[in-house]
Amino acid sequence: MTLVLEAAVLGILTGGVYALMASGLTLIFGVMRIINVGHGALVVLGAYLSFAASRTLHIDPFLTLVFTMPVMFLLGFGLQIVFIRPLKTDREALSVLVTYAIALGLEGILGYVFSANYVQLQAWYDTASFPIGDFRITYVYVFGFVLCLAILAALFVILYRTTFGASIRATMLNRTAAQLIGIDVDRVSAVAFGIGMATAAAGGVVFGITTAFNPGSHYDLISRLLTIIVLGGLGSLRGAVIAALIMLISEDITSVLISPVWASFVFFLILIVVLLVRPQGLYGVRVRERI
Amino acid sequence: MSLARSPHAWKMAGLVAVLAIALLLPVIAPDPATTNVAVFTVMYVGLATAWNIMGGYTGYISLGHAGFFGFGSYTLGLLLARLGMAGGYAPFLIVPVAGLATAALALGIGWFALRTRAATFVIVTIAFMFMLQLLAENLVGLTGGGGGLSYPVPPWGGDYFNTPFYYAMLALALLSLAISWRIRRSKFGLGLLAIRDDEDKALAVGVPTRAFKLTAFVISAALVGMIGGVYGYYVTYIYPQFVVDPLIGISMVLMVFLGGLGTLTGPVLGAVILEPAQLYLAYNYGASRLYLVFYAAVFLVVILVLPRGIVPSLGRLVSDRRARAGPSAPAAAKAVAR
Repeated sequence: MTLVLEAAVLGILTGGVYALMASGLTLIFGVMRIINVGHGALVVLGAYLSFAASRTLHIDPFLTLVFTMPVMFLLGFGLQIVFIRPLKTDREALSVLVTYAIALGLEGILGYVFSANYVQLQAWYDTASFPIGDFRITYVYVFGFVLCLAILAALFVILYRTTFGASIRATMLNRTAAQLIGIDVDRVSAVAFGIGMATAAAGGVVFGITTAFNPGSHYDLISRLLTIIVLGGLGSLRGAVIAALIMLISEDITSVLISPVWASFVFFLILIVVLLVRPQGLYGVRVRERI
Repeated sequence: MSLARSPHAWKMAGLVAVLAIALLLPVIAPDPATTNVAVFTVMYVGLATAWNIMGGYTGYISLGHAGFFGFGSYTLGLLLARLGMAGGYAPFLIVPVAGLATAALALGIGWFALRTRAATFVIVTIAFMFMLQLLAENLVGLTGGGGGLSYPVPPWGGDYFNTPFYYAMLALALLSLAISWRIRRSKFGLGLLAIRDDEDKALAVGVPTRAFKLTAFVISAALVGMIGGVYGYYVTYIYPQFVVDPLIGISMVLMVFLGGLGTLTGPVLGAVILEPAQLYLAYNYGASRLYLVFYAAVFLVVILVLPRGIVPSLGRLVSDRRARAGPSAPAAAKAVAR
């Protein structure tokens, strides 16, 4: 029982970082109706940027976010303008291919620069732990969780309390109508992609401290993130957060009760059951979709 | 009348010429390096054509077909192991069984996955692919897990080794093309295209959309599964990440997009252009991982410059010319662009 409880606590703490990464992905989908298959690779890029920055400047990995988040924001802004904006017809399908190409390109470049060896970000808190009841929790999970909560909160404030956030939400609801009332949807899209990348940078740091990664790590990451946002309902931030928690908690409990090799399988099963009942996901809105 | 007949005659002549070259290739260029490229190219002709039956005709983009590919190779490999079959021509006769098994799997997956549409469908197919990969890895008792699965070693040697595989792949590619062609000219195919254009309206006018989509999905998957089986026998050793490889799944999709989504010849053209290029890049730059960057660049250029694909773009060019030449052309122009 203690083991299960410990697994659940760990699931919540690690669920935070997946919630953050998935919210960036679902935000991008919501605003642009594109599936960013490159999101996993961009998280890995964020992790490598922090890795390089903390190595060369000898600073704490979390501090590197001061550089990496703006850099990734600009990169996302640029990527949207260069690769996503030109797609006029068949956006959903073509964007999958374009962002997949971005992922492959990044994997190639990172492999060339950093080699295929696994690396991990290091800090004093990645092994130090403190006791809670019968078990111990490593500091890094708590710090990562707090960081992710803070960034998620900031994201929600931007979306729900600012005028710009209102234009993002308007674009998500109805692109054409938003355009009609004078919202520059192209600019909103580029900024939303930038914000998505900035959250990927933050997610990348926490991912990079808690997990050893290499340029190929993005496949595993993106399959998880995509299933999370489908489970939550495409375009729903709330759904992404809750689905991320469901995923990580169910995975950690499965690891303890059955075996780690079946951990992600259980999540896929949950996804299937949910989609059987609600094809639009937990918080998705059922709309008449056209491909 | 003669004007309408002559393009047809040209087409037939071209078709016969291409077919003759394809059939005689191992005789014309028997060295193993060339036939190896030919085996993979013809394999992708089959894969892209089979994928197009679902993705191109109905507009449902599956990124998980690598799952069916891997399932087919595992099925054939396991059957050969259980039957204790030695290498030779006999394993090719078991390939249709792998196709049937893949069809059964696709029926189950499709029944579920086709409840979703558009982006959700894309992601669900990816999820299923990773589930299959996980199963292949975790069911160690059945599949050998990460340790992989060995096929019986074919007894042929030297220049002849690739030839039987080439013809097996060619047969499957031609089968896929024949099925794809037959579907396009049938009421069933018309229904699929209607689903692509507007699914709800198609349903409203009486197209049994669910049954049609599922049928297309199963046909497409079964063909991919059979090709996967031959592939496994060709490489003689497989493991989960090697056959359930997302890159295989995305390659067939890219080839279809390059050639022309929903066209008959587009996937063939896409495969013939991209697969040799991919092999060349992997062979020359594979060690430095830079080939991924090259591949990504090709990818981006294809999509940003030719989002409609080669065949529809050429069709447009031709029809524009005809439109300028004579007044009766616009109707034909539309038919070509479709």
